[in-house]
Amino acid sequence: MTGDKLLQIEGLTKAYPGVVANDGVGFSVAPGEVHALLGENGAGKSTLVKMIYGLVKPDAGTMRLMGKPYTPAEPRAARASGVAMVFQHFSLFEALNVAENVALGMENPPPMGDLAKRIREISNAYGLPLDPERLVGDLSAGERQRVEIIRCLLQDPKLLIMDEPTSVLTPQEVGILFHTLRKLSSEGTAILYISHKLEEIRSLCDGATILRGGKVVATCTPRDKTARELAEMMVGGEFKATDRAQRTLGHTIFEVKDLDLAPMSQFGPALKKVTLSLRAGEVLGVGGVAGNGQEELLATLSGERVSAPGTVLLHGQDISGLGPNDRRRLGLQGAPEERLGHAAVPAMSLTDNALLTGTVRRPLTNRGFLDMKAARLFAEEIIKNFDVRTPGPHVAARALSGGNLQKFVIGREVLQYPEVLIVNQPTWGVDAAAAASIRQALLDLASKGAAVIVISQDLDELMEIADRFCALNEGRLSAPRDTEGLTLDEIGLMLGGAHGMQEAAL
Amino acid sequence: MTLGGIDIIVLTATLMAASTPVLLAATGELIAEKAGVLNLGVEGMMIMGAMAGFAVAVTTGSPVAGFLAGAVAGALMALLFAILTQVLLSNQTATGLALTLFGLGLSALFGKGYEGVRPPSTGKVPFGPLAEIPVIGPVLFSHDWVVYASLILVAVTWAFLRFTRAGLILRAVGESHDAAHALGYRVIAVRVAALAFGGALAGLGGAYLSLVRVPQWTEGMTAGAGWIALAIVVFASWRAERVLIGAYLFGGITALQLQLQAAGYAIPVHLLSMAPYVITIVVLVILSAIHRRGAQAAPADLGRSFHASA
Repeated sequence: MTGDKLLQIEGLTKAYPGVVANDGVGFSVAPGEVHALLGENGAGKSTLVKMIYGLVKPDAGTMRLMGKPYTPAEPRAARASGVAMVFQHFSLFEALNVAENVALGMENPPPMGDLAKRIREISNAYGLPLDPERLVGDLSAGERQRVEIIRCLLQDPKLLIMDEPTSVLTPQEVGILFHTLRKLSSEGTAILYISHKLEEIRSLCDGATILRGGKVVATCTPRDKTARELAEMMVGGEFKATDRAQRTLGHTIFEVKDLDLAPMSQFGPALKKVTLSLRAGEVLGVGGVAGNGQEELLATLSGERVSAPGTVLLHGQDISGLGPNDRRRLGLQGAPEERLGHAAVPAMSLTDNALLTGTVRRPLTNRGFLDMKAARLFAEEIIKNFDVRTPGPHVAARALSGGNLQKFVIGREVLQYPEVLIVNQPTWGVDAAAAASIRQALLDLASKGAAVIVISQDLDELMEIADRFCALNEGRLSAPRDTEGLTLDEIGLMLGGAHGMQEAAL
Repeated sequence: MTLGGIDIIVLTATLMAASTPVLLAATGELIAEKAGVLNLGVEGMMIMGAMAGFAVAVTTGSPVAGFLAGAVAGALMALLFAILTQVLLSNQTATGLALTLFGLGLSALFGKGYEGVRPPSTGKVPFGPLAEIPVIGPVLFSHDWVVYASLILVAVTWAFLRFTRAGLILRAVGESHDAAHALGYRVIAVRVAALAFGGALAGLGGAYLSLVRVPQWTEGMTAGAGWIALAIVVFASWRAERVLIGAYLFGGITALQLQLQAAGYAIPVHLLSMAPYVITIVVLVILSAIHRRGAQAAPADLGRSFHASA
């Protein structure tokens, strides 16, 4: 059986202080196979692919590539052996152009002129057109991913590792990516595919290995399973869907009119004439590929950035000039995307973090002094109500896993009973069980009469909880559509379609 | 050829020599900053180079040995900075300021015995008949080898950053150390090398001050040239060719104000001595404001510590 396998892994183990990330992991990939790695956050997928790509050295276990022992000391060695990787967080340099970025990922790049020509050839052959002279900072997320893929393809990889490649793509772009991957696989390139999106895995992958707690718990053919069965294998138990109770919509309580905002960073977008209105009890979903103004929208609605007078209205009162605390006092709260460093201070305890946004609407101060006992009780209330898995409120925020900290951050805002809550990527990088409980909390808040804006890249999530959907594209917000009856294709077009891609000829 | 009591040819000729220390230091700092490290210790590295270069040249009688010693002293100072900031992850701003104070103090201590001594003179490059050409001869062909070496260095630095793979890797490390690390490049090694190169050039610039420009050793003789080098890098938008313009502007006004003093103009000396600093900064600020991308041309990871996490 060794003979026809491209990559064979046995007993791979890697321990970090206090946690065994991979424990005796074994699986194999055949040439041309599209193989999925499935698992919750912290199941050990990232560590596993980092070992295959030479970024992390295993403590024990063997890897064989094309029948030969394979022990990459560093990514260069992995690339030389024919293993390439497309990263989850892009490994690109914004201030450099496409050709330079490609050259940096290659061992022996040809001279720049030849390289530019080859980038054009290959990118057109795979239906992913790219201009080698453009600065990466000016490209869309989908185009940036093309740069990463082209960089890998130029080295004729035998095995291509893709870590969550579709989380930043519109549905049309996903379709084109899958065409490219199927073309590659038909040419004999094996693909190791990591994703949380189970339907994608069912349509694309030939085999799957499921990890839980650093161990392989199952292997299967994804086509033969339902998405729900796959999710249950990952979680190792019953999977609870969210309950979308009937809500009654009240008056319009929150309005945004013709809001403009200058870019917040060099390559960031500007918000252009954003207009929306929200009724009590309503959940509005804002979809869009990251980098199209999500951060800007949250910053300007929560008060981190003030806007021109008359652009943001709460209960008809103009709040465009007010800062975050003044807006909290009036009942508008926000939870930004970046958990560590924006929504929470990494080195501070959960109690301190609860104080940071909680003093305005909760009685956590006494004549100007902090009431630490009340703050601790508040933190404990969040931990209890939102099932935050942590030893206690004295623990530093950075010690929590992403999902747990996200539950804490959302819980902190929800338990202040806001009238309007704005959240950005509430379940980004959060595993399925935690994501479901966060969504449920947002729905529960809305059923109590609050208006909720959910900014997310996860379209399934928005379809699941939002009443109306609008798309954010290059800083422009589309007119809202009712989510009932809205198809994925229509959403894709609202998100700007495939950004000028063409499909690869199969 | 004189204008208002000032000899234009002599002025232009001295301009090149006056610019050389700042040009060398700024070119070195450009490389360090392109790799993403902000070393505010340029002044300290320069003065150590000035002191060490002077001492070795006087002791051995060889200016070449002096320049080498200056470069080595600057590089050693930079390596100290590299150990503190790259290995021990100390704050770059504070460490850079400390390096300047440390260099000023240490050079004053070691340089005590060399005050009032004359260094061996650095010979001019013999261009033969070329030096006899009117106007062009004295302006272009009457300098010592360090002046020409500094110009070649700027051209090499420009070409290195623009055309070579090593230069691309250096820029990549300065833009995003996380991405460079993910691709398997050794971020710390690249930065230490860039720092050492920057320190060597700062030391060389310092040695040029004490061996050619002044030429003698006095405490604190760099007189802020290192800070000007830092400012030039920023306002030159991290581009080698603009560093050259900035350095020559500073050197030119330094030479001009000295000549104005000599010609006996009734302008207060303090205003004149201040002029090179003020005018250079003002012009460079205007330049970088015109090129609107100027302020944003900084390497994205400039001044941020890198620590590889698993």
